[in-house]
Amino acid sequence: MSQHAKGPNLLQENVGVLKSRMGTFYPGSHVIFRGHDLHADLKDMDWVELYVFGITGRRFSQAQLRLMNAIWTYTSYADVRLWNNRVAALAGSARSTGPLGLAAALAISEAGIYGGGIFARSIDFFIRTKHRMDDGAELDSCILEELDMHRSIGGYGRPLVNGDERIPHLMELACSLGLDRGPYLRLAFAVEEKLLAGRLRMKMNYAALVAALGADIGLTQRESCLFVFPVFLAGMPPGFIEASDRPEGTLYPIPCTDILYEGESERAWPK
Amino acid sequence: MTDNSNPNAIRSRIWREEPEPDNAFSPRAAYCRGYDVYGEMLGHARWVDMLYLLFRNVAPTNAQADLLEALSLALANPGPRDASVHAAMCGGVCGSTAAASLMAALAVGAGQLSGGHEVFLAMEGWEKCGTDLNAWRQHFAQPAGIPGSIWPKPEHTPGFDPHGVSTTTPVKQTLACLASYSKGDYLSWLQQNLVTMEAAAGCPLALSGVAAAAFADLGFSPEQGEMLHLLLRLPGAAAHALEQRPLGYKKFPFGSIELESEPIGESA
Repeated sequence: MSQHAKGPNLLQENVGVLKSRMGTFYPGSHVIFRGHDLHADLKDMDWVELYVFGITGRRFSQAQLRLMNAIWTYTSYADVRLWNNRVAALAGSARSTGPLGLAAALAISEAGIYGGGIFARSIDFFIRTKHRMDDGAELDSCILEELDMHRSIGGYGRPLVNGDERIPHLMELACSLGLDRGPYLRLAFAVEEKLLAGRLRMKMNYAALVAALGADIGLTQRESCLFVFPVFLAGMPPGFIEASDRPEGTLYPIPCTDILYEGESERAWPK
Repeated sequence: MTDNSNPNAIRSRIWREEPEPDNAFSPRAAYCRGYDVYGEMLGHARWVDMLYLLFRNVAPTNAQADLLEALSLALANPGPRDASVHAAMCGGVCGSTAAASLMAALAVGAGQLSGGHEVFLAMEGWEKCGTDLNAWRQHFAQPAGIPGSIWPKPEHTPGFDPHGVSTTTPVKQTLACLASYSKGDYLSWLQQNLVTMEAAAGCPLALSGVAAAAFADLGFSPEQGEMLHLLLRLPGAAAHALEQRPLGYKKFPFGSIELESEPIGESA
């Protein structure tokens, strides 16, 4: 692709032809995935390994892959009250299809108070903060600036409760795999210590831990966000199935009077 | 997380229902912002009246309804070259579900190139700069993007066309039409200052920029404008997805890939 073309010329250069370093398939013959023959070179990869290879183009150690698998496993909750899971289950109750429900539930997981949105903020904060501290900045001032910008620190505090049952389990595994000694993980706990001592009294949540562990194994911000995209997926099908097996419309039925109306009083349409 | 006395209640300032006497789960009447939807609005109100009312607390004036209706027409079909409609057609040509085609159009049409988030960002500009040209110049010159956002850093000035050469005729026609309906400040100011704004932005105005000014003139917030932009572009995506369905994938562009060499993977 020309480095200098722009406007319609840039678009014209790309009409009909797709240039890719990532892959293609030759129907009836073979498939290239990031420069490798999928069915020859990569055929023994498990799915998570292929997924992160597709994201990064890099190979990871068995210990790192074990940790990545666990990151997904430990946050797969088959509880339909959780807002993303509930979308999948409502799809079942409303007799939609499973894939539509799951796709929407995954999209919903990129939320502002949990999931993708918090994770993106958390990893961005860690990368920026470590960079600044390497240049001599104090952690206290980095935290204050972040609080000034976002009024919270992504990955600290949690909806519903302040504390996270997933952390000791993932930390135990990271420790057993020798993946608990990275600089980002140290930073994550140092931030928690500061926040617990301060007015906010917020504990680290799973997003911060995953962001720190991911950064320590070399994932960039974009790579990390793509890696965690299916992190809640395994908890979603059970709720869809259960809601599908029950009488239609019986998940979260809401009587008319349970809409607690707080708006304008009844009035005549003006036109 | 809801009313303390009723943990199952949903709070709303928009909608109220009265149940039928024989079924607590079926409404006898529904009220939108206090107006009886089926008893009074139906047959008297326009679709755009309802649309406006859902997002605002008052019924639109005739001029506001006319403006929203004209904007809805301008946005209704981005056309089959648009990436969001292309995404919907990918569902159509292979027989995906209707919802999948619309979800595809929403996901692709959510972005910062002609999409919902571009409108959001452009409307933030109207909130911040209003009709102050110097404020806009400073706004355009500032680094865009919020650290830690799920959205990528904007690659062009929101509301303007990074691949454009000059203001397209439909953009000029839409701006002129909408400005003639609007009682707000922004569309007419944009029309009067179009050349200067385009020079400051470094590229011509896009339809998303006209939409952002119109939503702002109607009093919508950036969040509301983003939602409405997503919603109002769906009709074309739906129609084109259905149109492609009987034609099938064989009559839909597939393209050819020129494979470039990938650096050999390294260990992390």
